[in-house]
This record gives sequence, C-alpha cells and structure tokens, in this order.
Amino acid sequence: MDSVANIILYFVVAICMTVFSVMAVTSRRILRAATYLLFVLISTSVIYFQLGYEFLGAVQIAVYAGGIMVLFVFAILLTRKPGDMSAPLESHRRALGISISVAGCVLLLLALFYMPLLNGVSLIEAINSGNRITMHDIGVAFTGTSRFQYLLPFEAVSVLLLACIIGGVVVARKR
Amino acid sequence: MDLSMLWYLVPSVIMFAAGVYGFVTRKNMIALLISLELMLNSADLNFVVFNRFLFPGSMEGMVFTLFAIAIAAAETAIAIAIIVNIYRAVGNTDINSVKKMKY
Repeated sequence: MDSVANIILYFVVAICMTVFSVMAVTSRRILRAATYLLFVLISTSVIYFQLGYEFLGAVQIAVYAGGIMVLFVFAILLTRKPGDMSAPLESHRRALGISISVAGCVLLLLALFYMPLLNGVSLIEAINSGNRITMHDIGVAFTGTSRFQYLLPFEAVSVLLLACIIGGVVVARKR
Repeated sequence: MDLSMLWYLVPSVIMFAAGVYGFVTRKNMIALLISLELMLNSADLNFVVFNRFLFPGSMEGMVFTLFAIAIAAAETAIAIAIIVNIYRAVGNTDINSVKKMKY
C-alpha cells in the first residue's frame, strides 16, 4: 500500500507528462512546443525523484531542462520569427502519423498488459527492498574497471563531448 | 491502491507514441528534434523504472540512463549546429527544402 501523497504525486505528474507530450507535437507554434517539451522533461525528473534516484533527477534537470532547452530556444529564435505559425498539416500526412502512432501505442499497451514480468511489487516495497544509492556508490561505479564499474564508457563519453564541442564549432562557424 | 510498474510504463508508452506522431507529421527540423527528444526521454524512463522495480539492488539502469542523457545532449548540440548552418544556406528549416548536399 503506497501512501496517498505518492499516489497523488504520481497522478499529477503522469497527467502532466501525457498531456504536455501530446501538446508538444501538435502545437503549431514551435516555441510553445519547446516549452511543452520542457514541462515533459521536468515531470520526468519528478518521477526520477519519486523513484529514489535523486542524482539522476538532478542530472535530468541540469542537462535537459537547463542545457538542451537553452539550445532549442536559441535555435528557434535564430531561425524563425517569434509568433510564426507553421503551415497546417496535410491530411494524408496527419492520417499516416495518427495511424502509425495509435497502432504502435495499442500494440505496446497490449504487450504491457499481457506481460507476466510486471509483478505486483508496489513502489514502496521496491524502494525499501533496494539500498539507497548514495553519491559514494555512483562515484565508485564511475571510477573503476572491475565488474559493474564504468570507467571506460565514462572516458569515452568525455572524448565524445570534446568531439561534439569541436564539431559544433566547425559546423556552425561563419565562413 | 499500489503503484506498480505498469503505472509508470503507460505514460512512457504514450510519450513514445506522441514522439512517433511528431516525427512522422512535422516538417520543421527543430520540431523533429523535439519529437526525437520525447522518444529518447521515454526510453530513459523505461530503463529507470525497470531498474527500480525488477532489480532494486543494482543501479545499472540508472547508469545507462546517465550515459544516454550525455549522448543525447551531444547529439542535440550537433544537430542544432547543423540546423543553423542549413538555415544560413537555404533560408528556412523545412525538411523538404534540403534536397542536396554540398556537392
């Protein structure tokens, strides 16, 4: 039995997430779509906090809601006038999109509801049965090379980010 | 009432379907990128939920999500650089107006 506060929090966040993700792809003003995406990302980070991954929620807010959204807003303001509406969708394109996404959604939901893996463990049991993940655990996991330690991918990501910085400057600079 | 795993997977499915819809229908490249972020985000959420409910003693799903977030950030930065460059060359960011590469 989960606490009432957890259930209420879950419903608020889940409704926010579904409504804003649908609005983000249907809104015709691109800046509003970016704002709805920001709301979706923040709701996801709230779910991470609720599941007990505080570090991950903080990373989600800092990287996605902080970094990527600023990039999006910059790019939108650089390439369009604010208040511009995109052209209305052609009907065959919309029909194609709706049929693909609804078919995929129904298929995935059917698969979910018939999957025996989804056991009846409730949130509070799951949180209590695992040990709390501290910053020390995360630091140990990222700075070793033995089993369940990820120094090599960590270094690879740092090289990737360096390549991304150089690539971004090279691609977007003015000639 | 128990909040089991299914409760967390259903919004994730809807988010993914919304991302697919946006990816198929939109023509602006930034809108395509927004739909892509939605799909990536729902996959990240799935990793974390499976980690919490099925393997609560380990943290591999969380680590994978951290790497996915880092790579998604890099990918978005490069994609936005390319979009700004295309805007400079073509004059808009419509996906239909990009028909040829440099040569």
